[in-house]
Amino acid sequence: MRAPDTAGTAPLYEKRKSVFPKSVDGRFRRLKWAWMGVTLAIYYVTPWLRWDRGPYAPDQAVLIDLAHRRFYMFGIEIWPHEFYFVAGLLIMAGIGLFLVTTAVGRAWCGYSCPQTVWTDLFQHVDRLIDGDRNAQMRLQNAPWTTHKIAKRSLKWSVYLVISFWTGGAWILYFADAPTLVRDFWSGNAAPVAYGAAALLTATTFVLGGFLREQVCIYMCPWPRIQSAMLDENSLIVTYKDWRGEPRGSVKEARHASTPLGDCIDCDQCVAVCPTGIDIREGPQIGCITCALCIDACDKVMSQLGRPPRLIDYATLQGCEREKAGGAKESVLKTLLRPRTLVYLGVWCTIGLALLFALGTRQHFDISAAKDRNPVYMVLSDGSVRNGFTIKLRNMESRPREIEVGIEGLPGAAMWSDDMARSQAARSLKATVAPDQADTIRIYVIAPAGTKAQDFKFTARPIDAEGGSQDHTSHFDVPGDV
Amino acid sequence: MSTKRIDEATGTQTVGHEWDGIEELDTPMPRWWLWTFYLTIVFAIGYVVVYPAFPMLHGASKGLWGWSSRGDLAAETRKANASRANVLSQIAVTPIQSLQGKPELMKAAVAGGRAAFRVNCVQCHGSGAAGVPGLYPNLNDDDWLWGGNLQEIEQTITHGIRQPGDKDTRTSLMPSFGRNQLLTTDQIEDVVSHVRTISHQEKASAASARGAKLFADNCAVCHGPAGTGQRQFGAPNLTDKIWLYGGSREKVVQSLTNAHAGVMPAWHERLDPVTIKMLAAYVHSLGGGEDFATPAQADTKIAANARP
Repeated sequence: MRAPDTAGTAPLYEKRKSVFPKSVDGRFRRLKWAWMGVTLAIYYVTPWLRWDRGPYAPDQAVLIDLAHRRFYMFGIEIWPHEFYFVAGLLIMAGIGLFLVTTAVGRAWCGYSCPQTVWTDLFQHVDRLIDGDRNAQMRLQNAPWTTHKIAKRSLKWSVYLVISFWTGGAWILYFADAPTLVRDFWSGNAAPVAYGAAALLTATTFVLGGFLREQVCIYMCPWPRIQSAMLDENSLIVTYKDWRGEPRGSVKEARHASTPLGDCIDCDQCVAVCPTGIDIREGPQIGCITCALCIDACDKVMSQLGRPPRLIDYATLQGCEREKAGGAKESVLKTLLRPRTLVYLGVWCTIGLALLFALGTRQHFDISAAKDRNPVYMVLSDGSVRNGFTIKLRNMESRPREIEVGIEGLPGAAMWSDDMARSQAARSLKATVAPDQADTIRIYVIAPAGTKAQDFKFTARPIDAEGGSQDHTSHFDVPGDV
Repeated sequence: MSTKRIDEATGTQTVGHEWDGIEELDTPMPRWWLWTFYLTIVFAIGYVVVYPAFPMLHGASKGLWGWSSRGDLAAETRKANASRANVLSQIAVTPIQSLQGKPELMKAAVAGGRAAFRVNCVQCHGSGAAGVPGLYPNLNDDDWLWGGNLQEIEQTITHGIRQPGDKDTRTSLMPSFGRNQLLTTDQIEDVVSHVRTISHQEKASAASARGAKLFADNCAVCHGPAGTGQRQFGAPNLTDKIWLYGGSREKVVQSLTNAHAGVMPAWHERLDPVTIKMLAAYVHSLGGGEDFATPAQADTKIAANARP
């Protein structure tokens, strides 16, 4: 692709500069290994955890049951009308990201983001099959021989297996995992299961295997938001240029007229970078703060007998102080700032409020929708009848007998549409199936002369647990509507 | 004009324009973006080939897959009909008398009847089946002109009321006592006094006593000696609180002077027996449906009204 007007101008489209990160060992690499293990284990294992909920509910610990509109998470079961719990969790996740960003910078990008984790995984596959950085580069530039084709096919097959395993694990969150796996392989699973698995296999394959750091640099909005959120007190991975510059190799340093800095320009920090940037150019959008350059640089510094942490986790303010000769500030002090504490406070408050709401919520509920057409009905004896559609929700995983009653509306009685009017009473009993919402048509009848008024439907489970809920509704009579 | 240069900080070439010192970098697009763009073009071509796309003189190009939204609808309708076929055939073979003994079937029938009611019945009886005062009866209440159990409702829907040309339709004709000069204006006023007395709207008076005599002679044959109505004639109960044509003195005088004779069409020519059965179930479910045996007064009516 050339620019249309003149030759020699910059190309319109730029080919990706391939990144071949070198393997590195060190504190942060080990942390990344461990964290990668944890995150991948959580992702792949969670659907297989079991949680006994009795005979009426699924026994999968974490299950998003879209077909039945239930969300299970260990001991918690959420119904669609309680979606505010999920909304609360999402808000907590958002504020949690703010909190983490304020405290430790782009730690999400560097350690936990699925794009990072899977890219990291795929890069290990690269090293396993093609060898380390130099071997990878050689193979990249090599002609398409049988050897290269074999290696590429093997690598891409491994990519595909990992991707399929990833896409396949995703769908297990939405149905009983063992059953779904059996159905999946016997061809009996729902089409949407195959579709979702195929789609996620494809996205994992393309995003993790090929697009990699381009997702972070071009597609993801998060680095942009991060640049707005970071301040001079945020921990970032940074190169201490006042210590490193002017850079030069050990040999050059021997012949230089003025003393050179600690950086020997070995480019190890660039070689290990999974996004292919040069951290010495300063903080930039491509830096996901995975801190592998710290590991690489520390190794070089220790070999040279120079102090470590030429590249370091530091705040801009801390750097200024250090540059001026001050002591390195403690990490704890960096973390305990008003801004961090306020985010932590907000995050905890929402969390506690959610926990409180979760702990005190009633596991049954009543609501009543009044008939709008007709709003009232005069019967032959002059009494007035109003129709209601009552919903009784039983959120326990056992059948419950619930007594529905009328509060207020003197002289009124009610009966449901499977009873006769002669059985009308102030209350009636309904058995609600476990984990179900039952709908009952109810007729409330009040003697002639009753005025239009509000009244309440009450619900009271007849069991040891008890409890009480009510719903205010309205009774209409002729001439008062 | 063209002052393209390499920006020092980024190493990227500028586009060459400059506005008050502000320049724009000419950062190349990533190549994958181009590939994505090509992919969308390939997708678009594929879409145009397999789906209807190009406008022609008549309609549009069909597309290789032959997809159409009407086809979707037809397929969905076929599927829905197929899924209902079993229930419908069960309703078809179940006599309406035993429908109440099968709650699941009854529920399905009520749901089907509700849908059919919305299409065929709401024009007169209203979407809430509350009728129109002075014109069409309310189907929610517990007052029935011709009977309110499932079988009677089915009969009413099938053959209508006063439907010309249907030999099984139920019919009756109240005389227009005023217009046809069967009663004088004063006599009508007296009868009305009696009617409003037995319906507890007025206190007994000399007029109502005179009216009672006239009622026994002229009205009791259909409305019954006590004025409680007789369903084999569709004669309404005059002692209750429900008045299709109004219960005020003025309205009752009008009804006596120019009698009403509401007509309901017979539906058996337009609807199949299963739909009619489901409609009967729906109307019965509206809160006033009567059982086959329980109300003692209805028993005699059903007996009197029995048909072969």
